[in-house]
Amino acid sequence: MAESIVMDVRDFSFTYPGVEKPSLKKINLPIKENKITAMIGPSGCGKSTLLRAMNRIHDLYPGNTYEGEINLYKANGEKENILKIKKENDFIRLRQEVGMIFQKPTPFPMSIFDNVAYGLRLAGIKNKTELQDRVETALKGAAIWNETKDRLNESALGMSGGQQRRLCIARAVALKPRVLLFDEPTSALDPISTGAIEELIAEIKDEVSVVIVTHNMQQASRLSDYTAFMYLGELIEYDDTEKIFLNPGEKLTEDYITGRFG
Amino acid sequence: MNRLFVNKLILGLSTLSAVIGIGFLFWILITLSYKGITSIHWSTFTNDLVEGGIRNLLVGQFTMAILASFLAVPLGMMAGIYLREYGHGSKLASVIRNLSDVMMSAPSIVIGVFVFALLVDPFGGYNGWAGIVALAIMMIPIIISTTDNMLALVPKELREAGIALGGSKHKIILQIVIKAAKVGITTGILLSFARIIGETAPLLFTSANNQFFTMDLNGQFPSLTVSIYNLATYPDEASRELAWAASFILTMIVLCINLIGRFVIRNKK
Repeated sequence: MAESIVMDVRDFSFTYPGVEKPSLKKINLPIKENKITAMIGPSGCGKSTLLRAMNRIHDLYPGNTYEGEINLYKANGEKENILKIKKENDFIRLRQEVGMIFQKPTPFPMSIFDNVAYGLRLAGIKNKTELQDRVETALKGAAIWNETKDRLNESALGMSGGQQRRLCIARAVALKPRVLLFDEPTSALDPISTGAIEELIAEIKDEVSVVIVTHNMQQASRLSDYTAFMYLGELIEYDDTEKIFLNPGEKLTEDYITGRFG
Repeated sequence: MNRLFVNKLILGLSTLSAVIGIGFLFWILITLSYKGITSIHWSTFTNDLVEGGIRNLLVGQFTMAILASFLAVPLGMMAGIYLREYGHGSKLASVIRNLSDVMMSAPSIVIGVFVFALLVDPFGGYNGWAGIVALAIMMIPIIISTTDNMLALVPKELREAGIALGGSKHKIILQIVIKAAKVGITTGILLSFARIIGETAPLLFTSANNQFFTMDLNGQFPSLTVSIYNLATYPDEASRELAWAASFILTMIVLCINLIGRFVIRNKK
């Protein structure tokens, strides 16, 4: 059975403002639907830069140069090159389809309920019962409903670090995006909280396609279906996770995953 | 041996300096309290200046300071938001930031003279509006700088997270970033208010003073600080007593606003 592709990075190069050399060079990478794709590589290899290009968070800061294509395939099979987006409304739509979870937990200074409802309200949902339903579903989906159901109106800033991360996942999941981008979602978390987040990611892949950037190779190997290895702004190798970790095609990949550098 | 001696010397000197500094502060406060409290009567609060009270002065001072805040707070906050959120490293933003810092230390008398030339001279006389503008000019740079600094403390991830959920930049700033910096900005506003409520020089030849109760901002407007300045120079005992009383009350007001500011910080952090 051929797996369908939800996003497709083609000959993509990216240059930060004020820098001569591109930080990403001619990247080609498919993101398969309802699978987990991990991006690994040493610090500064460009994996976060690539991830942040996939919903164009870079555009918060002016002056970046994009070349190539990043196509997003709609449910009806149409494709859209997200690098061509210029209008504010289209950006908003893109970010509702391609969500992002950041390295640090980023609860907004408002109640737990409002945190999750924030994106929904931006998407134009005003109906109270619908909001409540979707917030509840999202919190259940992120496995923090039991901990939060009695304190939905309390400030989200009072939650523990692990809870805040799951809240951020709930917030992103609530929008029912087609793709979720995770930028090192478990950095600086203890093993138990890490386990909880990983379990969560493995569960939500039935609903969304996941791209995860991680420094932790064990995490990539146990969690992902596909792995991309990046080095110095180039994609060195992309394949089934099993293949990458057991029988990599490139010497560089092998050196990295066996810990010879990086 | 020598090292220990130097250590003791430095410790001694800095303790002495601290004691001298605090000593003067307490001297001022004690004199002020002693002379002030004994000069305060019930009539101080119920009479206007013409009858030996400060009712109209208090109302006038607060009216001008509050109206100045209405002018300065939105302007200052919007300028601060521009500097931090939109100017982002542009030449214009850094020029404005530097000018605003210079303005913060501008002598208040200079601001008074400027407003005199702008709003008093051409309009044929002292008026309350001129006083309000002068106070607002003093306030704006303080609010710009607090807003700018407090927004800088909001982690950029928070903005990115908002954008990633589909928010537009202005919505993220208004609904999330400002909220996250709310406590700091509120405190800054309170402190800048405390600063202008005790200012004399910007009012001296803008709103001048008025012995009678008035709410007419087109004419001379009563002010506590200018009255203290005037009363203290009068030869009669009653005027000087009133100056002490007014000084004490003004100090208490400034102290209270400062304490509220600190209280807000401590409780919200």
